[in-house]
Amino acid sequence: MPESAAIRNPDRPSILAGYATVPDVPDELVREDGSVRPEWLSLIAHLDRLSADERERAFARGAQYLRDAGVFVRHYGEENNPRDWPLSPVPVIQPASEWQALGTALAERADLLEAVVADLYGENRLVSEGHLPASLIASNPEWLRPLVGVKPASGHFLHFLAFEIGRGPDGAWWVLGDRTQAPSGAGYALENRVASVRAFPGFYSGSNVERLVSFFRGFRDGLNGMRHEDGSRAGILTPGPMNETYFEHAYIARYLGMMLLEGDDLVVDDGKLMVRTVSGPKPISVLWRRMDAAWSDPLELEANSRLGTPGLLGAVRSQGVTMINALGTGILESRAFLAFMPRLSEILHGKKLSIPNVATWWCGSEAERDHVRAHAGDMMIGSAHSTRLPLEPEPGAVLRGEMSEIGLDLDTWLAREGRNLVGQELVSLSTTPTWEEGQLKPRPMRIRVFMARTPGGWQLMPGGFARLAASGQDPSAVSLRSGGTVADVWVVSDKPVPEDTMLSHADEVFVRSAPGLLPSRAADNLFWLGRYVERAEGQMRLIRAHMSRLPETPAGGTPLMTRLETYLDKHGLDSDEAVPAALEQTIAAAVNAASQVRDRFSVDAWASLADLERTVGNMRKTVVRGDDAASAMGVLLRKITGFSGLVHENMYRFSGWRFLTIGRSLERAIAMADLLGTFAEWSGPHGGFELCVEVGDSVMSHRRRYPVTASRETVVDLLALDPLNPRSIAFHIDEIRDQVSLLPGADVNGQLSELSRAVLRIQADLSVHTPQSLDQAKLTELGQTIGLLTNDLHAQFLE
Amino acid sequence: MLYDIKLVIDYTFQSPAAGARQTLHAMPMTIAGRQRLIAGSVKVDPEPATRRDRDDFFGNRLTELAFNEPHSNIEITLKARVEVTGGAEPRTASVELQELARSLEAETDLGARSPLHFLAASPYTRPDQAIAQWARALVSDAQACADIVAVLGRALHDEMRFDAEATTVETPAAEAFAARHGVCQDFTHIMIIALRSLGIPAGYVSGYLRTLPPPGQERLEGADAMHAWVSAWCGPGVGWVEYDPTNATFAGTDHIVVAYGRDYADVAPVRGAMRIAGAQTSNQSVDVAPVGE
Repeated sequence: MPESAAIRNPDRPSILAGYATVPDVPDELVREDGSVRPEWLSLIAHLDRLSADERERAFARGAQYLRDAGVFVRHYGEENNPRDWPLSPVPVIQPASEWQALGTALAERADLLEAVVADLYGENRLVSEGHLPASLIASNPEWLRPLVGVKPASGHFLHFLAFEIGRGPDGAWWVLGDRTQAPSGAGYALENRVASVRAFPGFYSGSNVERLVSFFRGFRDGLNGMRHEDGSRAGILTPGPMNETYFEHAYIARYLGMMLLEGDDLVVDDGKLMVRTVSGPKPISVLWRRMDAAWSDPLELEANSRLGTPGLLGAVRSQGVTMINALGTGILESRAFLAFMPRLSEILHGKKLSIPNVATWWCGSEAERDHVRAHAGDMMIGSAHSTRLPLEPEPGAVLRGEMSEIGLDLDTWLAREGRNLVGQELVSLSTTPTWEEGQLKPRPMRIRVFMARTPGGWQLMPGGFARLAASGQDPSAVSLRSGGTVADVWVVSDKPVPEDTMLSHADEVFVRSAPGLLPSRAADNLFWLGRYVERAEGQMRLIRAHMSRLPETPAGGTPLMTRLETYLDKHGLDSDEAVPAALEQTIAAAVNAASQVRDRFSVDAWASLADLERTVGNMRKTVVRGDDAASAMGVLLRKITGFSGLVHENMYRFSGWRFLTIGRSLERAIAMADLLGTFAEWSGPHGGFELCVEVGDSVMSHRRRYPVTASRETVVDLLALDPLNPRSIAFHIDEIRDQVSLLPGADVNGQLSELSRAVLRIQADLSVHTPQSLDQAKLTELGQTIGLLTNDLHAQFLE
Repeated sequence: MLYDIKLVIDYTFQSPAAGARQTLHAMPMTIAGRQRLIAGSVKVDPEPATRRDRDDFFGNRLTELAFNEPHSNIEITLKARVEVTGGAEPRTASVELQELARSLEAETDLGARSPLHFLAASPYTRPDQAIAQWARALVSDAQACADIVAVLGRALHDEMRFDAEATTVETPAAEAFAARHGVCQDFTHIMIIALRSLGIPAGYVSGYLRTLPPPGQERLEGADAMHAWVSAWCGPGVGWVEYDPTNATFAGTDHIVVAYGRDYADVAPVRGAMRIAGAQTSNQSVDVAPVGE
């Protein structure tokens, strides 16, 4: 009888009704006798108090948050087809006492791994004394020879680890795999937490679920503590937006307030690592890498890498930078190490492993080969160097002695390939509830847990990233790729837990930290984001002007419409399409630029841009020419203004925002000069002046400022020369000048930079013009001159 | 034999390259009982911002260069005088394959010359079935390892056509083998794949070759650029032997060793990286002249 029965609404069956666990498999929620484990009681009671509708709404809130935040699954080869993040709304709940014991055992394991890797890149005594087979190290692709003999600047190889753990049939935890190179998933654990808080808002705040924030703060303090005393920074190194975990890198960077860097942002100068910023090169002495070592330096490692930084190994060798984790630590992820860990623990720590790992035998020695041969029916036999978990599907591996795909019999295979093979016991996992078709159902589960080296020693994150199998019985399918789900992990204390944030504690002295550095690549992307968003807005206004005139245009057209269609065509906008492809492309370009600097945007700003892209895609399928398209443009304009508002209202006024603003002003000034140059002709087609005022979004200003109908004088005055109209060329040249003067390097030794001079020249030129003197040719020339500022900007900041 | 070696490598960049970085493996090494570097210098024009000489994992001399200013041309000139007193032929009888495997299993050394580094696949020496089958058909288990080396090297020389135009640095060895053509780098990689497929540790030797033959002898292939040949481990007694499949000969006093590695990537004469937009071209010229002949 479930204990929650006492508190549930008696009119409804408990959601536990019908929860049927698998025989002989432990379950996280209920004990063998059917009783609910105490740490779950309050959540189950909470769910029982909700009606079915309320429950579904709560779960939907979590899913909605992830969609809005742009959390999705992205696989190599299908970048354009991201799928929804498969969050199971029910967290996995663990008691704090058990987690504490796990932390102690895993800290021991972390120290053991540190000792092993330090030996492999140092004295190599474990090999020379025969505790590790030499050939296993020599043939491991992650044993990076250029790093042999190189001591890490921090004194440690390992700083941030993940362990894949699962609960075996006896109820004890097992390590399924060690993640020592650049483990991903900590950011996903954070995102899952935010989503599950949304699903259970009132309940979570009153529950005793341990918060994740102090773990991340401790790790960040550890990173900052390793910086050299030369004013250098710590940063996060990512392979870039094409990587399947890039989202997480951007999220973590934003969360920790650290710079997100790509290999191309970094240069090595005389043994020191520098980041190229808009203020010149600045030193970096701690790098949390989310990139596999092989790609990090094309000069000494994978020569074809375009992701790395030439000379990085030189900086590591001269201890100019601490890598988190040290380059070369990936060797410990090979599953063959699991075969030796029990013995290594006895040799190095003088004791048995406090937490066992999945039983593994290296087939390079005779006795173990014989054991694997005799027990092949209960094993997975696969590559010794593979880093896959025993549960993941693997080409070329043999399950339960089924040899048909290998084309050899077991004995021959083991004899010939033995030193490259390991046998691993097939493990079965405990189950935990997921929510499916309105019911709780048990699913096999494993958890990735995270451990960080902090000033106070190893700390285990009080939470984790759980993966649940897609189906109930087969514990081998626990992979995101094969359709399982993920879940948040709650560690529940029996005492109330304090609220906590990433911000400094009240008892710490408040110091306003120096603003972050802006890498040149990020500045470039922000500049182009500003331009593309503005360009898209201009295109929407043009299309609307065209589409709204269409119904009243007589067959055969009018001179104005003909000119407008030529103008649209010049800008790549097909006037036969209701929502031209070129508009969708401009928005896609904006999204692409934004995706390269995701760490610099709020979730809301990103969601609004993603929404714009989705909407325009849908409109292209449904909207028809004429009034329908005109009103569709109205919808898009309101959405894009929403994005601009979010960015310009909320973004900190520092270099990054300035580049975005300069991009926007530059684009708007160029577009306006082009528009006036085409339509504000003295004797142009009838209606040209009104069109300029409409596309320039200045109908109200014109009415207020001039008591007459639009003429060339009023239009050019308002849209080119009026410094108070936020749509005029003069206004944006002033804006560019203001922003440029505040950027680093605006003047060089008291002299204006090339860029500052060029802006000033345009400003001076414009200020002496009258609507009469600014004729069509001058307008066109003005647009071109403004366009050339891009080159000066690039030369000064972005190269 | 006493040699004067001169190597000139000349890079031209279409648009000036800033932040160029290069590593050089070009200075002959000193090997006891075989060759001795008497004097050597590397001149770089323009002068690099930083320059560092060190030994790499395999004990090869490595020069690291870094340029800060943009340059449209970089010229590297190496001069060396080397005395060569011996080659790398097998001196005693070597073991057969099974015995070799037993010796390898007992190996616990991971130092620079350990044969264990030279058994696994490396980027330029991916295992290839066609090469493995070709090698299997030519040898027997009872054959001594050093004989296997000579048999495979000779067969490769006979079957392959030396063609400086047919392949590039990036052509996979399997492809060069299928077409039976290539240059010394292809010959060497194919032979390494063949030897490793039989369980014989095999590596890549980069070096120089005497440019003009002694009077009355034929000029060797590959003398006008840096050359490459194979080193193979034939058991603890014989140790490493070196065979030049391009010329079907064990390395003798015409061969001057620069560097040992698992494949070309470990010992490329120049490895470089730079941020450039345009194309680059490079020229290499080598002169290896006997002194006092």
